[in-house]
Amino acid sequence: MKAARLSRRALLKGSVAVGAGLTLGFRLFSRGAGSAHAQTAGVFAPNQWLTIDRDGLVTITNSVPEMGQGSMTTTAIIIADELDADWNKIRVNQAPADPKRYANPVTGSQAYGGSRGVRDHMEMWRKSAAAAREMLRQAAADEWGVPVDSVDTEPGVVVHRPTGRKLAYGQLVDRAQALPVPQSPKLKTPDQFRYIGKNLHRLDAPEKATGRGVYGMDVQVPGMLVASIERAPVVSGGKVQSFDATAAKAIPGVKHVVQVTHGIAVVADRFSTAVAGRRALKVTWDLGPMAQVSSAQISSEYAALSRQPGQVARKDGDVEKALAAGGRTLEAAYEVPFLEHACMEPMNATAHVTPDGCVVWAPTQNPGGTQATAARIAGVPPEKVTVNTTLLGGGFGRRGEIDFIVDAVETAKAVGGTPVKLMWTREDDIQHGFYRPATYNVFRAALDGGGIPVAWSHRIVGPGILAQKGRMPGNATVDPAAVTGARDLPYDIPNLQVEWIDKDFGVPLGFWRSVGSSQNAFITESFIDELAHSAGKDPFEYRRALLGKSPRHKAVLELAAARASWGSPLPAGRARGIAVAFSYGSYAAHVIEASVAADGAVRVHRVVCAIDCGIAVNPDQVKAQMEGGAVYALTAALYGKITVERGAVQQSNFHDYPMMRINEMPVVETFILDSGAAPGGLGEPGVPPVAPALCNAIFALTGKRVRTLPIRPEELRKA
Amino acid sequence: MITLVVNGKPQRVDSAPDLPLLWVIREDLGLTGTKYGCGMALCGACTVHLDGTPIRSCVTPISAAAGKKVTTIEGLSPQGTHPVQRAWVELDVPQCGFCQSGQIMSAAALLAQKASPTDADIDSAMAGNICRCGTYQRIRAAIHRAVALKKGGAR
Repeated sequence: MKAARLSRRALLKGSVAVGAGLTLGFRLFSRGAGSAHAQTAGVFAPNQWLTIDRDGLVTITNSVPEMGQGSMTTTAIIIADELDADWNKIRVNQAPADPKRYANPVTGSQAYGGSRGVRDHMEMWRKSAAAAREMLRQAAADEWGVPVDSVDTEPGVVVHRPTGRKLAYGQLVDRAQALPVPQSPKLKTPDQFRYIGKNLHRLDAPEKATGRGVYGMDVQVPGMLVASIERAPVVSGGKVQSFDATAAKAIPGVKHVVQVTHGIAVVADRFSTAVAGRRALKVTWDLGPMAQVSSAQISSEYAALSRQPGQVARKDGDVEKALAAGGRTLEAAYEVPFLEHACMEPMNATAHVTPDGCVVWAPTQNPGGTQATAARIAGVPPEKVTVNTTLLGGGFGRRGEIDFIVDAVETAKAVGGTPVKLMWTREDDIQHGFYRPATYNVFRAALDGGGIPVAWSHRIVGPGILAQKGRMPGNATVDPAAVTGARDLPYDIPNLQVEWIDKDFGVPLGFWRSVGSSQNAFITESFIDELAHSAGKDPFEYRRALLGKSPRHKAVLELAAARASWGSPLPAGRARGIAVAFSYGSYAAHVIEASVAADGAVRVHRVVCAIDCGIAVNPDQVKAQMEGGAVYALTAALYGKITVERGAVQQSNFHDYPMMRINEMPVVETFILDSGAAPGGLGEPGVPPVAPALCNAIFALTGKRVRTLPIRPEELRKA
Repeated sequence: MITLVVNGKPQRVDSAPDLPLLWVIREDLGLTGTKYGCGMALCGACTVHLDGTPIRSCVTPISAAAGKKVTTIEGLSPQGTHPVQRAWVELDVPQCGFCQSGQIMSAAALLAQKASPTDADIDSAMAGNICRCGTYQRIRAAIHRAVALKKGGAR
């Protein structure tokens, strides 16, 4: 088996400086006592984020897992810009699990979600690189015996301005390494950016176009076995009562059958043998209370509960009084389903547990959690656990969970000293996920004589992700993840109340690309559209008039409308819909052009997106995230539905949990609004406005209001 | 014992005749560019060429490849410079990239068959390949770009 590539990478990762010190207002580790690089001659290692060798090669350490969002490239752009590095002389390594050095400075953990890559790290990375650049300038000034303010940098070189003399960074590493690390380096002004704001190619595109990129599934360790776990036929809470592995063990190639937390692991010489072993197992399950749960019951109990008051998430004015005042009132109920992430790469991880340590290779959004989990299971301190974060075949929030790490480390531990690659089937992946919550929503609104809303009451019934995971902040009674995108409604309505009723049937919940905003934007942006139509007003102008206190919402809404030629004639049978949402630090508005065939089939023709993400580090990749977000959201709006029957997820693969395909792909046009604000997120903000913009277009076209997702063509069929 | 030619190299595989070709490629030959995504020919991540025709290797028994030529992403071009690969890099098509080996193999097979495919040709040739990151718009553009690169390459 070929393991050399990964082993070398692991060695490289292990060689990054280990230092100590607290600088610059966040944990930026200087080289110094205890630093591996302090003894490495010819390497300038000012901190944990970058090194420069005598050949001038800049090695950047990227702490944010590369899951498609382009972190490998974006991190490098930010550091290379402030360092004034030569873009053609950089290399990027993925950070090892080491929260002391690589934790997100805002969240404090080495786990990545919430579109936090750029927005949480940019300042720290810039300061780290600026400090290095100052040291290189000082080193050159010392070499030449000139004042430091007479030297400047160009990509990869320090220049003495009065004489034009130059020294390459590689020539300065020894001198720079001996200098103290400046604590308050001066940052570039935006007009000095060399790479930020330009369209740079993805550094990972070549390896991804040639099959050379190593994903978790591709890890090969000498002597490893492959395992697959037979899981309970319920989505959670199932337990093994007893099992008979006689037939499984009789299959040639099956090496071990072991019980682990999530079921019975069959460990074999190859994946297909492990799966065959699973099929030969005889397992008696205790299905637990989940066996009583079905989607129909969830739905009807949600509806019944919606008649009771909930925990108040926001209260402006007096909604009940305004509703009773006698103006025009509207009521509507909206419902959205559970959704699964369906990463293209099914869950997997590889682990090697030895008496004094553990090595894990994993496509994970959560290297810190992987390390802590492996340490707990292997019974070793976290420092004895090496985590190699591979490329991720999709993340979308699913890979922040550690269930597949538990699977791999428990199985590897049980087989004692043999490396094990633990792989899920697609069916395991769809049926044992962490699902976007299904919710039921009741709205009541009142309009004044001019059609302007004076009351907005939104009651959400459903489970809370943080509540289920026991991660509610402080003594909060409302789960922020359940109400995000609803309680921060941007419209200026004097009497506004948002309530949440926590009802959890135990279906495992997770953070699905844009989390609460994924459904709350659909729900609120559809209902505001209902109000606009009820008032007889243009849905764009209606929103615009209510966004006086939300200028950034208003600006993207106007940009999207202008670029989509809102209000101009369309070919017969097409209509436009519009929506706007803030999520994860960024503002996005979408205008969608759609048509509906006689049989009710929806066709999306054009998506116009306006995005204000503050600083756009790599504009072409901003567009890529908007393109991808649109597809992710349209897939959910058109097809996405996970249902549970007797505790088991009924969908299992792409035939019954379908994905949008290229023949359904609309044109997506993205326009970046340069607000000059601090950077916002990008992985998620392109999702929330898409479903409502589509359903608002369907209403404009057909007069039928979609209040339940996914869209049901049979309800749109022409009579 | 089954013999086949993978990326120009003769291989002898000692496995059950019903073992899917995908697992021979990945596990026996160590060519991991070809991916497992669904196991049911629904997603296209496992697409390879069998005597030049794109197939889903996850449902193709190794016996069906006996005596035939298999091309995987690793064998599409020696240096990764097939026009489709160059276009993919030029237009920054990949996001997570997991599906892209299959996408590229489907696209390369399309171009081998049709020198200048229309959008409708692309839809029909590529609809079997799912991309969860939603790179379809760039895939379409990159196929058109590959056509131009191929023509330019003949200059």
